[in-house]
Amino acid sequence: MNGAHDLGGKHGYGAIDQSQTENFEHRWEETVFGLTLTCGMLGQWNLDQSRFARESTDPAHYLSSTYYEHWLHGLELLLLEKGLVTALELQNGKSGSASKLPAATPDKVKKILASGAPTLLPEQTPNKFVPEQSVVVKNDHPKWHTRAPTYIKGIAGKVVKLHGAHIYADEHARSGKKTPEHLYSVRFEAKDIWGQDAEPNSCVYIDLFEPYLLSLDEHQLAPGN
Amino acid sequence: MSEHTHHHHAPPSEIEERVKKLESLLIDKKLVDPQSLDLLVDTYQNKVGPKNGAAVVARAWTDADYRKRLLEDATPAIMELGYEGRQGEHMVCVENTPQVHNMVVCTLCSCYPWPVLGLPPAWYKASSYRARAVSEPREVLKEFGLVLDPEVEVRVWDSTAEIRYLVLPLQPAGTETFTEQQLAAIVTRDAMIGVTQVSAPDAA
Repeated sequence: MNGAHDLGGKHGYGAIDQSQTENFEHRWEETVFGLTLTCGMLGQWNLDQSRFARESTDPAHYLSSTYYEHWLHGLELLLLEKGLVTALELQNGKSGSASKLPAATPDKVKKILASGAPTLLPEQTPNKFVPEQSVVVKNDHPKWHTRAPTYIKGIAGKVVKLHGAHIYADEHARSGKKTPEHLYSVRFEAKDIWGQDAEPNSCVYIDLFEPYLLSLDEHQLAPGN
Repeated sequence: MSEHTHHHHAPPSEIEERVKKLESLLIDKKLVDPQSLDLLVDTYQNKVGPKNGAAVVARAWTDADYRKRLLEDATPAIMELGYEGRQGEHMVCVENTPQVHNMVVCTLCSCYPWPVLGLPPAWYKASSYRARAVSEPREVLKEFGLVLDPEVEVRVWDSTAEIRYLVLPLQPAGTETFTEQQLAAIVTRDAMIGVTQVSAPDAA
C-alpha cells in the first residue's frame, strides 16, 4: 500500500535526531515490544500481516506518532481482527473470558528466537532474471501489503544477486500462504531514481521479488507497466 | 533542510495507561505469559547487542579465511560465532573498501539484523533517516560526522525483504597489531550500520 510508512526519498523530516541512541526510550515501549512478540507467537498471524497492520495506521497519526505506537496500533488491530479480544475488553483493560489459546511459554519463546523464521523455500520455477540483467520495477500500486517501495516504481536497475526463492511477502500478508518467489538484489543508480537531484556516485541496492519486476523487453513492449 | 523538527506525540501518561491496560488484559486472558514478556525484554535489552557484531567484524579483520567465508555466505559464518535466530535468518555482509562505502536502511519499516546488532536505535526507525538515507546518503553521513571523498561510491542497502545486512567496516590504520579482543572493543554499532567509520583509539 502507498502508506505513510513508505518513506524513501520523502522530504521535510529534518535532521536525524542522534540523541535517540537507545532501542527503548520509555518503559512502555519495552512492554509493547514484548507483547507484540509473545502475541505473534500465538500463531494467529505472520510477520507480513503484522507489518500490514502497522502500515494501516491512519497516515496523519503514523507520521505524528512514535515507532512503538505503530506497533501498539498494529497489535491491537490484529487482536481485534482475530477475535482474541473485544473492543470493550480493550477499552476496560478487563477480561470478559479467558482465551483457549495457550500463551507462549518462556521455553517456546527461547526456541522461536533461536530458530527464527527462515523464509527460504524450495524453488518451484526457474528464475526469470539473471545477474547483470537490466530490469524495471512495475508501476503497480496495490492497496495491500507489498515490499516494493514507491520510490523505485518504473525505475530500471541491474540484477546483482539471486537470493533464491523466499516467502512472497504480498501473498503472505494477504492469505497467509507461503508461496515461493525468486528474490533478487537489484542495484539502482541514484541518478536513475532521483534525476538531477541525485547525489553523485551513489546507488541503492534493493531486494525485490520476481513479480515486482519486468525485463527491459517487457517494459518496452508495455511501457505503461 | 537542516533544522531539527520536533514530532509531537501523545503525552506519555496517556499511552502508558493504554499499554498497561493492554498488558493486564492479555495476562488476565492468559494470552501472554508474564515470564515470556520479561524474557523477551531481557534478551534484547541485556544479552543480544552490537557486541556480537563487533566480534564478527574483529574475527574478519584478523582471519582472512573467516573474512572470505563471511563475505561469501554470511549466515553460516556468523553462526560459527554462535549468533543466529530471529531477524538474522538470512544474512549478507557488505564490505567497505577505500573505494566503496556501504550503509543500511529500511525505508518501509525497521528491518535490522537483531542477532548481531540487537534492536535498532530510535533514530534508525524514525522518519528522517528512513526518508533520507536513500536519496541523500552523503548528507546523512555528514550529519553523523563522516565526509566521504567524492571518488568513494556510496552503496545504500534498503532492507525490503527478509535479507539482513551487516557492514564490514574498514579496519583503521594503526590497529594492525591489535588482538581480536582489542579490535572488537573499538567496533561500534553505527559503523556496522554504515553511518560512521571505526576510528583507532587515541594514542596515549
